Amino acid sequence: MTYTFDFGAVLDRAPELLWGSLGTLGLALAGMLLALVIGILGVVARTSKSEITRTPVIVFVEVVRNTPFLVQIFFIYFALPLMGIRLNPTVTAIIALGFNGGAYAIEIIRGGVESVSRGQIEAGFALGLHKADVFRLIVLKPALRAIYPSLTSQFIMLTLTTSVCTSIAAYELTSAAQRIESDTFRSFEVYFTVTAIYLVISTLMMGLFALISRHYFNYPTR
Amino acid sequence: MGPIGENEFFFLMQGLKWTVLLAIVGFIGGGIFGILIALLRTSKTKVARRITAGYIGVFQGTPLLMQLFVVYYGVALLGIEVNAWIAVAIAFTLHASAFLGEIWRGSIEAVPKGQTEAANALGLHYVSRMKDVILPQALKISMPATIGFLVQLIKGTSLAAIVGFIELTRAGQIISNQTYRPLLVFGIVGAIYFIICWPLSHAGSGLEKRMAKAAR
Repeated sequence: MTYTFDFGAVLDRAPELLWGSLGTLGLALAGMLLALVIGILGVVARTSKSEITRTPVIVFVEVVRNTPFLVQIFFIYFALPLMGIRLNPTVTAIIALGFNGGAYAIEIIRGGVESVSRGQIEAGFALGLHKADVFRLIVLKPALRAIYPSLTSQFIMLTLTTSVCTSIAAYELTSAAQRIESDTFRSFEVYFTVTAIYLVISTLMMGLFALISRHYFNYPTR
Repeated sequence: MGPIGENEFFFLMQGLKWTVLLAIVGFIGGGIFGILIALLRTSKTKVARRITAGYIGVFQGTPLLMQLFVVYYGVALLGIEVNAWIAVAIAFTLHASAFLGEIWRGSIEAVPKGQTEAANALGLHYVSRMKDVILPQALKISMPATIGFLVQLIKGTSLAAIVGFIELTRAGQIISNQTYRPLLVFGIVGAIYFIICWPLSHAGSGLEKRMAKAAR
C-alpha cells in the first residue's frame, strides 16, 4: 500500500467540524421537538372518534414510514417554494426531519397511550386523587415510561438521519465534511473522522437518555 | 418544463432495477455475515462477544451515509479497482450484517433455555444444536424484525444516490433536473418505493400480531 494517511489536513479544519457538529445537534434537537409536537397532535387525531381526522393520520404515517427520507426531503424542498414558502435549507431540513420523526412518534406514543390501564385510573379517583394528579401520576408518567426506550432510540436514529440533510445543503456536519473533502481531497480521512464524531454524538446521547431514565423512572412497578 | 414520457419512465425503471439488486445483495450478504455475527455475539468466548458488540455498536451509532462514504473511499485505498457498484454493495452488506446480527442475537437469546439444555442432554454438539434446534426457532421469532429491517434497507439504498450511484432516487434526481418537474418525479419515485415497502411492512406487522396472539 503506497497511500500515506494525512489526518493533519482534516484536523486543521477542526473549527469547521465543531460548528458542523453543533449544526447537527441543532437540527436534531429542533427535529425532535417538532416530531414530538406532530406525534402528540397526531395521536389526538388518530384516537379520535371521527374518521375524517383518523384516516389522514393513518395515511401520513404509512406514507412516511414506507418511503426513503431522501425522497421526502427532496419533495418538501421543492414543494414549499411552489406553495409560496421560501425558507433556507436548514429550516426546510428541520421540517422534513420533524415530519419524518413525527410519523414514527405517532406510532410509538399511541402504543404508550393504549398501555395505560383503566382500572388504575379508577383506583386513583377512588383514592380521592385530584383529576390533574390522576393524569400526571397515573396516566402521563407510566405512559412516558412505557414509550421512553423506543422514543429515545428513535431520536438517536433521527440524529443520525440529519446527515442526509447535506443533500439540500443544510448546515450540519456532513455538509461541512463535504466542503473539507472538496478542498483537501482527503476523502477517506475526512469521512473517517466525521464518522467517529457521529459515534461520539450518538454514544453521548445514549448515555444522557439512560441517565434521565435512571433518574426519572427509577421506581418499582409492582 | 418537459413531459414525463416513455423514455423517462424507462430510465426510472432502470434505476429501480439497481435499487432492487442492491437491496437483495445487501440482504443476502448481510444475512450470511449476520448469522456469523449473531453466533459470535452469543458464543461462550468473551473476546468474540466483545468484538461483535463493538462492531454492532459502530454500525448502529453512525449514519448509513457515513458508512457508505468510508467504505467507498476505503475500498479505493486498498488499491482495488473501484467499481462504484461493488463498493456500495460491500457497504450495504456490512451495514446489514450488523443490524441483522443484532436482531438475530436477540432471537437466539429469546429461545427458551430449556431447548439448549435438552439439546445438550441429548448429546448434540454445537453445530447440530444450533442448526437443528436453536436457529430454526430463533428464525421464526425474528421474522417481524427481519422484515422490518428489509424495509429499512430498501429505503436505505436511496442514500447510494448521494455517493453518485444511479439507483431509483438518483434516476429521479436526473429526470427532475431535465424536466423541471420535481414534484411529479419525486411523487412517482416515492410511490414506487411505497408499492415495494408497504406490503412488506404490512406482512411484518401482521406476523407480529399473530405471533403475539399465539404467545398469549
